[in-house]
Amino acid sequence: MARTVWGSTVGKKTVMAVSGLIMLLYLVVHMIGNLKIFFGAGEFNHYAHWLRTLGEPFMHYEWTLWLVRVVLVIAVVAHAVSAYQLSRRDIRARPSKYVHSKPRASYATRTMRWGGIILGLFIVWHILDLTTGTVHSGFQPGHPYQNVVDTFSTWYGNVIYIVAMLALGLHVRHGFWSAAQTLGVGSRARDRALKTVANVLALLLTAGFIAVPVGVMTGVVS
Amino acid sequence: MTSYVDYTTGEPVADTKAPSGPINERWDKRRFEAKLVNPANRRKQTVIVVGTGLAGGAAGATLTEQGYRVVQFCYSDSPRRAHSIAAQGGINAAKNYRNDGDSIHRLFYDTVKGGDFRARESNVHRLAQISVEIIDQCVAQGVPFAREYGGLLDTRSFGGVQVSRTFYARGQTGQQLLLGAYQALSRQIAAGNIEMHPRTEMLDLIVVDGRARGIVARDLITGRIDTHFADAVVLASGGYGNVFYLSTNAMNSNATAIWRAHRRGAYFANPCFTQIHPTCIPRTGDHQSKLTLMSESLRNDGRIWVPRAKGDNRPPNEIPEDERDYYLERIYPSFGNLVPRDIASRAAKNVCDEGRGVGPGGQGVYLDFADAIRRMGRKAVEAKYGNLFDMYQRITDEDPYEVPMRIYPAVHYTMGGLWVDYDLQTTIPGLFAIGEANFSDHGANRLGASALMQGLADGYFVLPATINDYLARNPRKSAADDVTDEHPVVQEVLAETEDRLNLLLAVDGDRTPDSFHRELGELMWEFCGMARTDAGLRKALERIPEIRDEFWRRIKVPGTGEEFNQSLEKANRIVDYLELAELMCLDALHRSESCGGHFREESQTPDGEAARRDDEFGYAAAWEFTGTGEAPTLHKEDLVFEYVHPTQRSYA
Amino acid sequence: MKLTLRVWRQKNAGAEGAMSTYEVDDISPDMSFLEMLDVLNEQLILSGEDPVAFDHDCREGICGACSLVINGDAHGPERTTTCQLHMRSFKDGDTIDIEPWRASAFPVVKDLVVDRSSFDRIIQAGGYITAPTGSAPEAHATPVPKPDADFAFEHAECIGCGACVAACPNGAAMLFTSAKINHLNVLPQGAPERETRVLDMVAQMDEEGFGGCTLAGECATACPKGIPLMSITSMNKEWLRATRRASKR
Repeated sequence: MARTVWGSTVGKKTVMAVSGLIMLLYLVVHMIGNLKIFFGAGEFNHYAHWLRTLGEPFMHYEWTLWLVRVVLVIAVVAHAVSAYQLSRRDIRARPSKYVHSKPRASYATRTMRWGGIILGLFIVWHILDLTTGTVHSGFQPGHPYQNVVDTFSTWYGNVIYIVAMLALGLHVRHGFWSAAQTLGVGSRARDRALKTVANVLALLLTAGFIAVPVGVMTGVVS
Repeated sequence: MTSYVDYTTGEPVADTKAPSGPINERWDKRRFEAKLVNPANRRKQTVIVVGTGLAGGAAGATLTEQGYRVVQFCYSDSPRRAHSIAAQGGINAAKNYRNDGDSIHRLFYDTVKGGDFRARESNVHRLAQISVEIIDQCVAQGVPFAREYGGLLDTRSFGGVQVSRTFYARGQTGQQLLLGAYQALSRQIAAGNIEMHPRTEMLDLIVVDGRARGIVARDLITGRIDTHFADAVVLASGGYGNVFYLSTNAMNSNATAIWRAHRRGAYFANPCFTQIHPTCIPRTGDHQSKLTLMSESLRNDGRIWVPRAKGDNRPPNEIPEDERDYYLERIYPSFGNLVPRDIASRAAKNVCDEGRGVGPGGQGVYLDFADAIRRMGRKAVEAKYGNLFDMYQRITDEDPYEVPMRIYPAVHYTMGGLWVDYDLQTTIPGLFAIGEANFSDHGANRLGASALMQGLADGYFVLPATINDYLARNPRKSAADDVTDEHPVVQEVLAETEDRLNLLLAVDGDRTPDSFHRELGELMWEFCGMARTDAGLRKALERIPEIRDEFWRRIKVPGTGEEFNQSLEKANRIVDYLELAELMCLDALHRSESCGGHFREESQTPDGEAARRDDEFGYAAAWEFTGTGEAPTLHKEDLVFEYVHPTQRSYA
Repeated sequence: MKLTLRVWRQKNAGAEGAMSTYEVDDISPDMSFLEMLDVLNEQLILSGEDPVAFDHDCREGICGACSLVINGDAHGPERTTTCQLHMRSFKDGDTIDIEPWRASAFPVVKDLVVDRSSFDRIIQAGGYITAPTGSAPEAHATPVPKPDADFAFEHAECIGCGACVAACPNGAAMLFTSAKINHLNVLPQGAPERETRVLDMVAQMDEEGFGGCTLAGECATACPKGIPLMSITSMNKEWLRATRRASKR
C-alpha cells in the first residue's frame, strides 16, 4: 500500500493532505498558546514550561514535546518532499508555456509553491530564532516572553514574521480546501462549507499570529 | 466509348445466403447453417476492419472476443471520434417496455414501410429481432441511457412511429453508444488482440484470386503507404453524404473505402437513396463548411410553419395566428409534424419554392415552441430540449425560447451503399460491409433512431456470426496461403495508389480542393437533392465529367506526400466523389419512380406525393463498375414482400 | 471583419516551431472559428504556402477533435468547443493568437495538431466494463437509481478533447480520467471492476507523463462539456477506497 501511495501522483497528494492537516492542527494549538503573551510574562513563561512537563508523570520531562517535534518534522519533510517531487513532475508535464498566457486561478492557488518555500525558510529561521536562539543575540534560554519581545523589537523580525504569516494564510486557504478534495471528502453540497472553514481558518491563524508582533510594536506587550 | 448514361443491364444479382422459411425463424436458421471456425484456429485468422464507428467498433470488439485477430483502422487520431458520435436522438428497440402495442413484428413492419418497400424483408426482420439484444448489451457496458425515477429505462416516440420505442441518452445517444463500443474496443486493444492504426486511411482494396485479402492504407502522419493483409476485410467506413459538400456528416467522413472497393468489383446498390433530414440549421453564407442537425425529437413538441403569404418579411412574432400556415398539420392531419423525414423535408422545400420560406435567402421554415412553452412551461421545455436550444443559440445567436427556430433540410444519411447479401458480404468474397457503408436495411428512407440500431446490430451480432461461415470455408492452411508485398496484384495496387497521389501533387494548378468539392456539392444538391428530374439529372451527368477533367488539370495540392498533408487527404477523397456522384445521378436517372428519399418530379400523385412504381422498380439496383466515366452495368435484385404488402405510404 | 492571426507553425514533431502572422479579411461574424481558418487556408494554398494543419471533424461540438488554444484559452473565450465558437465573439481589427494544446503527454504532430493517444491508453487501462457481446442480462434486470444514472451521464459526456490538460498549469489529466472513472464506478454494472479500474487508470495516467493535480480548477473552467471539478474529488475518494481495499487482500 505504501508503495502504491508513494508511487502515484494521487497518493503523494494524499501524503501532502495528511501532513498538511497535521501541521494545521499544530498551528491552531500554537496560535492559541501564543495569545497567552497578552496576559503577561508570568503566565506565558509558565505555559512554555508546562509544555515541557506535559504528560508527566507518565512522560519524562520534554518527552511529549519531543514526540510532537518528531511528528512535526516527519510531516514537514513528507510535505516538502512530496511537494518538490510533484512540482518537478508538473513542470516536466508542461514544459513550454503559451505564448499568449494569462493568469487565472486565484492568488492563493497560484502562490502555493512560492508560499510553501517562504514558509519552509521561515520555519528554519523561527526555530533558530526562538527555539535554539542560534541567530538571536541576547537569547535567554527559559525566558520565552523576553525573547519574543526582543525579536519583535527589531524591524526585520516583524517584517519576516508578518510576511510569513500572510503567506501562511494564503497557503492554508487553498491548502485546507484542497486537502479535503484530495481526501475525497468534498462534495457539491459541502463545498461552500469547506471553503468557508478554509477562509475562517486562514483568517484566524493569520490574525492570531500577527497579533503578537503588533502587540509588541504597539507596546501592549513589553 | 459509349456514353455513361447508356448503361447495360446484366444478370440479376441474387442473395444466395438468404434463408427461407417463416420470417421469424430465418436468422436462427442461418446461424445454424453457417459453418463455425474451431476456437483454436481463430487466433490464426486475421480480419481487417476499416472504421471504428458503431458498426466497426462493435465488430472489432466482438470479433476479438470470439478469438480472431483484428487489424483495425480509422482516419481520426482516436477510434472514439467516429461520426456515429454525433447521432443525437436515440436507438429503437422492440422491447415493448411501455406496453403500448410494440413488438418485433411492428418494428419490422414500420421499418419496411418507412423504407418505402425498397428493403429486404429478411434483413429488416433480423434487425428488429436483434434490436432487443442491443439494449441489453449496451446497458451491460454501462451506457447511461435515460431512466425513470424507478430506475428503469425511459423511452420516447420518435419521427414517424406511433409507439414509444426509442431509448436515448439526452441528446447524445450516439456518443454514449459509440463510447460503449470504443471502450469494448479499448479493452481488446489493451489485451493485444487488436492492432489499432489510428490516423491511417484506407486507399485501396487488395483482391487476390477473387478474394479480398487486404488493403492499402496511408499513415496520415508520415505519409507512408503500406499494405495490410488478412483473411477477410470488413468495411465499416460510413456513408457518402459528403458528396454534397454540405451535409451533417463529419468533415472528414468520406467514400474512399467503399468507392475503391466498388472499383475493385463490389457492386454499389441504390446510390441515389440519400436522406435529407428536415431539421437542420439553415446555412448562413458561402463560408458554410457543414450543416448542423437539430434532433428530430424537436418535432415532438415544436410546430412547423411558414407565413401564408409570399414574401412576408415580418418578424415571426408579429405574424398573427391566422396568417400562419402550419403546413404539415394541414396536409397530414393524423401524423402532423411527425411525418417521416423524406416527407417533412420535401414539404419544406415546396413551401420555400413557393416563395414562403423564411430567413436569409428564403431557405428556412419556422419550428416554433411557443405553444409547447405555454402548455408545458418553460422549465419543462428546458429540461427536455435545453441542450439543443443552447446549441441552436450558439450557432445562430438567436434565442429559441423567444423567437421560433429556423430550420431547413440537409443531407444527413445515405441509405445506399455497397450491395451485401444476408451475410453482409459484398460481391467480392471475403469483403464485408456493415453499418451505413452497406445498403441493406433502410430501403429508400431510414426512420429516425434506426441508424444506431443497424450499426450496432451489424457490428455486435450479425457480422460476427456470418463471417464465421466465410472464414470456415476459406481457412488459412499455411504460410503459403499468405499474400505478401511481392505478389504482382499487390504491386499493381500499390503502384496505382502512389501514382494517384503523386499526380495530385504534380498538377500544381490554380484551384483548391475545397473549391472543387463545393462546386460538385452545389451541382448535386441542385440536381440530385430533394427533388430530381430527368432533365436536371442529365445536366448533372454532363457536368460531372467536365468538373472531373478540370479537377485533374487545375487542382493545387501544396506540400508533399511524405508528411502530414490534409490538403492531399482532401483532394484524394474528392477524386472518388467525382466518380461516385456520377453513379448517384445515373441511379437517380434510371429510377424514374419516386420512393422514399428519392423523389422524381415526373412521378407524383395528383396531390404532389411520391408515386412509387413497384412493378417496374421493385428491386434494388446494384451497379457494377466498368471504368471511370464508362457506362456501368446494372444488376437487379428483385425484392419479394411476403409479410408486409406494398401499399402507397399514407401519413395523412 | 479584418483580423490579424498569429498562428503556431511547426513542420513536424521534431522541428522547432514559431508563431507566424497572417491577415484575413471579409470574415463574417456568422462564421465559425474553423470556417475562418478555412478562409486562411484557401488563401495560403493559392499563394503556394503550406496551409495550417488543425484537427477537426464533426464541427458540431461532440467528436472532440478540434483543439485550439485561442488567446491563451483552450477552445477560446466561450465555454464550448473550438468548432462551435463563432467569430461574433471577436471584434473587427482583433489580433488572435492560436496555439496547439501544450503538454508533454500531447506532443505536437504538426502546427496545431497534437497526439492525444495517451488518452486512449488511459481508457485501455480500465475505462470499460467487461461485458463481451452476448453475455448481457436483460436490460431491466438491474434498475439504476435515477440520481446515479444522471451522475454517470454527467461524467460520460466527456468528449476526450484534452482541453482540461491544455488548460491545466501542470498538464494534468485528472479531469479526463476522473470523468470516465465516475461514469463507470457509480453504475452497478461497473462495480465488479471498481477498484482495479481506478488504480489502473490512475497508474496509466501517471505513466503517460501527465502532471499532478493542484486543484487550480482551470480544467473544469475550460471543459466544453461542463465536467465539474468535483469529479476529481470523487475519483480521489475512489482511489483511496481502492488502495485501502487492495491492501487488505
